[in-house]
Amino acid sequence: MTDHIETDVVIIGAGPVGLFAVFELGLLDIKCHLIDILPKVGGQCAELYPEKPIYDIPGFPMVTGQGLVDNLMAQIEPFNPTFHLNEMVESLESIGTPEAPLFRVRTSENGTTFVCKSVIIAAGGGSFQPKKPPIDNIDSYEGTSVFYAVRKMEMFRNKKVLIVGGGDSALDWTVNLQPIAKRLTLLHRRDAFRAAPHTVEKMRSLVASGDMDLHLGQVSALKGDNHVLEGAVIRKDDGSEHLVDCDVMLPFFGLTMKLGPIAEWGLNLHENLIPVDTEKFETNVPGIFAIGDINTYPGKLKLILSGFHEGALAAQKVHRYVYPEKKLLFQYTTSSTSLQKKLGVAA
Amino acid sequence: MGVIHVTDRAGQRHTLEAVEGWRVMEIIRDWGLPIEGLCGGACECATCHVFVAEEWMDKLFPPTEEEENQLDTVVTKPSSRLSCQILWTPELDGLEVTLAPST
Repeated sequence: MTDHIETDVVIIGAGPVGLFAVFELGLLDIKCHLIDILPKVGGQCAELYPEKPIYDIPGFPMVTGQGLVDNLMAQIEPFNPTFHLNEMVESLESIGTPEAPLFRVRTSENGTTFVCKSVIIAAGGGSFQPKKPPIDNIDSYEGTSVFYAVRKMEMFRNKKVLIVGGGDSALDWTVNLQPIAKRLTLLHRRDAFRAAPHTVEKMRSLVASGDMDLHLGQVSALKGDNHVLEGAVIRKDDGSEHLVDCDVMLPFFGLTMKLGPIAEWGLNLHENLIPVDTEKFETNVPGIFAIGDINTYPGKLKLILSGFHEGALAAQKVHRYVYPEKKLLFQYTTSSTSLQKKLGVAA
Repeated sequence: MGVIHVTDRAGQRHTLEAVEGWRVMEIIRDWGLPIEGLCGGACECATCHVFVAEEWMDKLFPPTEEEENQLDTVVTKPSSRLSCQILWTPELDGLEVTLAPST
């Protein structure tokens, strides 16, 4: 039984621009649901640079990525949006007309279906996905012998496991899988690890006691027939190569962004970006908007502040689709009692 | 004035006019070659990974720990650098790099 949700707007992407769109839509009494593939809100700001200072957000001489996300969450709190995290939008189909758009949006993970009057794509560089090492034929082992995440530890019991990487995921899984694996090998490009010190220490002591192996180098080739891994060729910095016997490889190289299913929704694309007009930030499909880093138009600047502006203008047009009979009165939050009521601050 | 030479993923070599004070990633992107530079040069994504020709390796400032940490997230060679961390100066006239495979 899949969930079925009817709402005004579905926002794809819960980065800063998607979050601020909730505010602009909320002021116009438009309800929305946000979908994001990450387990947390904030997009790149939260995933790539939570601690990095940002200096070009109007009104903030300096704010960190996570600080900005936290402030946006506080700002949109009065509108009580619903978040669907850890879900990727798989399909988007038009079931209305250009004059009265209606869309069916489906997510992959637990198959939620949304029916909505407008869709705002605020997906930045696309969806975050594990970085795949560029090794020939790696695709043919994915799902059988190569995994980018551990869903069930039991799968790796009595296996010869090769873990690749030097961050928290690689080290945590090294320490957690070592007791159940037949043999565990950790491979990293250098003898320095950017993981929690006590986990690194634990790994080092397992290596010292001979209970696991640590190799320095890179995987240059995979061996094994019929999607079943038998070994990985490791190349060291000096160019020498040797084979590591393994049934399973777990590369942990962090996340990157890929356009993903967006390419299949019938939208015009230009170099993986979605062209929009600069009045409404609407795509070639009436009712589907694109704001933030994912869109393109003459003069586009990939700045967070541009995305905020784009969201405000898109909301005006969304209002016409959601409330076709209502005239839209432009108001300021400083002076409008009705807007202040919506924000919960009216005297 | 000077140039950099960039070999793309199809093996084609491009000679690009460089700008003093620009990051090599920015020069490559400005000329329209397919380099992602997802995080915009913040040393947070490693999508501007390049291989530097051997004769140029020791003419560059060595990578910071921050850059090394990002290089941990891609498949590297000894010549790997992040092009957003190389600021172009006239001493780098003729710098030779190859775009690393995308991940």
